[in-house]
Amino acid sequence: MQPSDVGSNTANLTELFCGPDHPPAQTLEERARREDPALLKTLLEQMLLIRRFEEKAAELYTLGKIGGFCHLYIGQEAVAVGAISTLEPDDYILASYREHGHALVRGMDPGEVMAELCGKQSGVSKGKGGSMHLFDKRRHFLGGHAIVGGQIPLAVGAAFASKYLKQPRVTFCFFGEAAVNIGSFHESLNLAALWKLPVVFICENNRFGMGTPIERASSLYDLSQKACAYNMARTWVDGMDVLAVREVLKEAVERARKASAPTLIEARTYRFMGHSMSDPAHGHYRTKSEVEEQRHHDPIKTLTAALETIALIDSEFLEELDQKIRDIVEEAVAFAERSPEPEPQELYTDIYVG
Amino acid sequence: MMVKVLMPKGSDTMTEGKVLKWLKKEGDQVSTGESVVEIETDKVDMEVEAMGSGVLRKILVQAGKVVPVGELLALVAKPDEDISSLVIPQSRAATDAAPVPHAGPAHAPTSRGATPSAHEPANGGRVLASPLARRMAQEMGLDLNRIAGSGPAGRIVRQDVERVAALAVEARAARVPEAGSAAAHTPAAAPTLPRRPAPAPTGPEFYDEPLSSMRKVIATRLVQSKAPVPHFYLTIEVDMGRAKELRESAKALNPELSLSYNDIILKACAAALQLHPQVNASFQGEAVRYYRRIHLGVAVAVEEGGLITPVIRNCEGKSLQEISREAKDLIARARSRKLNPDEYTGATFSLSNLGMMGIEEFSAVINPPEGAILAVGAVAEKPVVVKGQVEVGFRCRMTLSCDHRVVDGATGAKFLQTLKQILENPVYLAF
Amino acid sequence: MSILTYREALNQAMREEMRRDETIVLMGEEVGFYHGAYKVSKGMLEEFGPMRVLDTPITELGFTGLGVGAAMVGLRPIVEMMTFNFALLALDQIVNGAAKMLYMSGGQFPVPLVIRGPGGAAHQLAAQHSQALESWFCHVPGLKVVMPSTPADAKGLLKTAIRDDNPVIFIESEVLYGTRGEVPEGECLIPLGVADIKRRGKDVTLIAHSKMVFVALEAAADLEREGVDVEVIDPRTLRPLDTVTLVQSVKKTNRAVIVEEGWPFCGVGAQIVDVLQFRAFDYLDAPILRVTGADVPTPYAKNLEHLAFPDKQHVKDAVNKVLYRRPVSGDK
Repeated sequence: MQPSDVGSNTANLTELFCGPDHPPAQTLEERARREDPALLKTLLEQMLLIRRFEEKAAELYTLGKIGGFCHLYIGQEAVAVGAISTLEPDDYILASYREHGHALVRGMDPGEVMAELCGKQSGVSKGKGGSMHLFDKRRHFLGGHAIVGGQIPLAVGAAFASKYLKQPRVTFCFFGEAAVNIGSFHESLNLAALWKLPVVFICENNRFGMGTPIERASSLYDLSQKACAYNMARTWVDGMDVLAVREVLKEAVERARKASAPTLIEARTYRFMGHSMSDPAHGHYRTKSEVEEQRHHDPIKTLTAALETIALIDSEFLEELDQKIRDIVEEAVAFAERSPEPEPQELYTDIYVG
Repeated sequence: MMVKVLMPKGSDTMTEGKVLKWLKKEGDQVSTGESVVEIETDKVDMEVEAMGSGVLRKILVQAGKVVPVGELLALVAKPDEDISSLVIPQSRAATDAAPVPHAGPAHAPTSRGATPSAHEPANGGRVLASPLARRMAQEMGLDLNRIAGSGPAGRIVRQDVERVAALAVEARAARVPEAGSAAAHTPAAAPTLPRRPAPAPTGPEFYDEPLSSMRKVIATRLVQSKAPVPHFYLTIEVDMGRAKELRESAKALNPELSLSYNDIILKACAAALQLHPQVNASFQGEAVRYYRRIHLGVAVAVEEGGLITPVIRNCEGKSLQEISREAKDLIARARSRKLNPDEYTGATFSLSNLGMMGIEEFSAVINPPEGAILAVGAVAEKPVVVKGQVEVGFRCRMTLSCDHRVVDGATGAKFLQTLKQILENPVYLAF
Repeated sequence: MSILTYREALNQAMREEMRRDETIVLMGEEVGFYHGAYKVSKGMLEEFGPMRVLDTPITELGFTGLGVGAAMVGLRPIVEMMTFNFALLALDQIVNGAAKMLYMSGGQFPVPLVIRGPGGAAHQLAAQHSQALESWFCHVPGLKVVMPSTPADAKGLLKTAIRDDNPVIFIESEVLYGTRGEVPEGECLIPLGVADIKRRGKDVTLIAHSKMVFVALEAAADLEREGVDVEVIDPRTLRPLDTVTLVQSVKKTNRAVIVEEGWPFCGVGAQIVDVLQFRAFDYLDAPILRVTGADVPTPYAKNLEHLAFPDKQHVKDAVNKVLYRRPVSGDK
């Protein structure tokens, strides 16, 4: 275990992992052939669960059963599913406010997540957090954060603690591309690289920070390059390809666990809905045809097609799977509906310990 | 600067007062805090202090006159100061409350309907006082309107209240007892035969004695009591044999103690009220108020005629000896009209004893806002039947007047049963 | 009992705690090799090594957030702010992170973090380095705010703060670091939320914290010579505030003056006034007065700086006002 190298500036870390062509270009189908079939089905199921859950959340929001802000992950499923499939149960995850998908993949109960969105006491945060503050201590899901970039220093802290306590844990930190311009991003990446911490920074570049496209916000569009400023390993990946994401993250996880070094990964993805339920899917900031065109790259569609091509699944399987997922989501909604709101005295609990 | 001497509001029911005696005459030097005049309120007599220094330039209301609260009685000023604006004779109805002296030069008072309210300070009707001073004044039964404030804008602060309270104590201590305040009634004195009155002279068929302040209050308040309060009466006869023994053995132990039957009955009432708290109550319109403490009022006849009820506070915690001592002191001072307002207010239950006048039994009128009053008759020797035999017994008849809105028959009866039990077994008082 | 300086007391507190509990780490600018910008962490790098005493870059938001994240998963970090002026850069992590994590997570993630460092003015450090910002932190539910004035208080309170499972904002003072005082031996823990009556009296209650305690005590000493018996209370913890002790004192003396370094509007003293007027209304013989810093950014010039902060004369004037007292001739 090495202490932090004050003033060190070696470049060897970067050489391990650089260049715009990494990982080698392969099709989803090619990757699928080499992957464990059970895992493939799991990945599909997980993406579908997120998709249906988020669609249902949208419905409940319009009915007024979910209040406040609701940021949907529709279109970006491959990133969370692909990335988290490389983690162990003991590893830490932090995400932004668009974290329903990450929470579900991590194994949090859909009913309890739905209940949290609906502000019920059976929710994962006892109804006191809401859509943007999903937490699960047992599953090491450290939130759910509403301030852009707020979770990044926290992730560095979790990684620091793991290293300090000599635990083999890795910390994943998910954030959007608009977060790479905020101060906390820079401070955190610097600390992570300086102190060699086992954290993987996953930038989900869905090209739009609310209504502002990346070109209008960032002086450098090739976001993964920002890691150079911190002498940190980096790469970008097609975020719509769940297996490509998985491949790239596997390497980053290994680097973190074995070398205790951080990585910045830019996953290029797309969200089909608006920034939140209060924002339009298209309008001033992007055209309807652009969104429709992007739907061709829908990660669920493409993985389904690939798995059908390699004859792993058929339409009957898909129907059953879809039904199974819909049932799960319906039950989640029913659970949330029949759960009570928090007791009034909960207003004053959990402010201080003891 | 001119200093006004005003008729103060000596109690919260007082609306007018009588000037009894001027302690200073025109031309005398007066200093702040010095008493200048003695006045009679509706309850007691008190002295009025000057709020500033100077020469007593003019007395406006002579001794014997009754004026409303707030009336200007006299003026203290510098020898050469012009006071003409204030000494223009005016009818009582036109007198208004003028601003307090320190507020600035006096102006000619404007005509206004007579009101009995206290003088108004310059800030338009509000008395400025710190929260602490207000509370202290209320607890001590002092009227804020009578206190000059030394704080900014005339704010009355703690030291002002303390000063007035201290002066009042001194004044009482220094007061020469009034001529004519006779010795206390002696119970069981041998009755003297009344002299045959002289034949009525020729002249008017009657004469009106103007009501003293006290009589007026009694009249008003007890009509207030009798009319709306639905009284009913419960009488019980108590065997005072053991109480008599208690008295005698106490006297043997300590001749100076001299417990009276009244003392014993007071203590027994306190004990009984603890067991029957529903009788220690008051009708409040929207609610019945049950008092948590027992403050016993003792009706006392006053020399010149009239009645006042000094209060022994917190009897639930007091021993027979303490109650006896306090009762003696209060009764003596009540007779000579030397009680503080907080000493004759706040009773939760009262007792009236005409036994020493030979009355066998009577029914008293409840003192509002209390819920009941016990009227005690004489302890008399009489033949009684015990186990079929005729004996000599010491019996006392007591009548409980109850406010039916607060106490009903059964409750009152149970209270009396308990009282009787205690009096007939004074050992209960030991618990 | 030993005589320690305030900074030595803090140093001892941290060392004792870090020896006792291996999950405690100290991080901040210059805390390691430099022995601390104000020498509070002197010698600690040598004793505990670079994994436990961490020199950070100038990155307040980053390392405060790091502290919060680490506290969420098992460590007990002490984050040193070189001065609390710089804490403004870390406010998002202090308020949106540390203070709220337990609540937002429905009780799952406590944040046992101490953020400590000097606050308030020193001498001619000018506008950006002289701010007393404790009321900002007091405003936030989920934080505790502690401001010791003496070495004994500093040691006892810092140890307790470190052991507290909640985020504690621990504000010291540069000008107090060199002051000496008696510190008891052993585990002299002082509970949070308990005020200290630094001087007993019966005529007036003076409430002051941190360096203002000494201004209050000086004023009290002068006033004693004039026959005024002043009670000086140091709340020590501003949040949670020891209302009981303060109210009891005012019920005894009937009047209060609050002395604080910070700006007047929405300052800590305003909160204390609210508490006292609500709970001791009928005991007040005078309005409660506050002696505060001037409502200005701190000027550099020495004479102006002196005018910008409370001194004993201001305090004496206020005491005389609440006592309705004409001062002894010679005073203003």
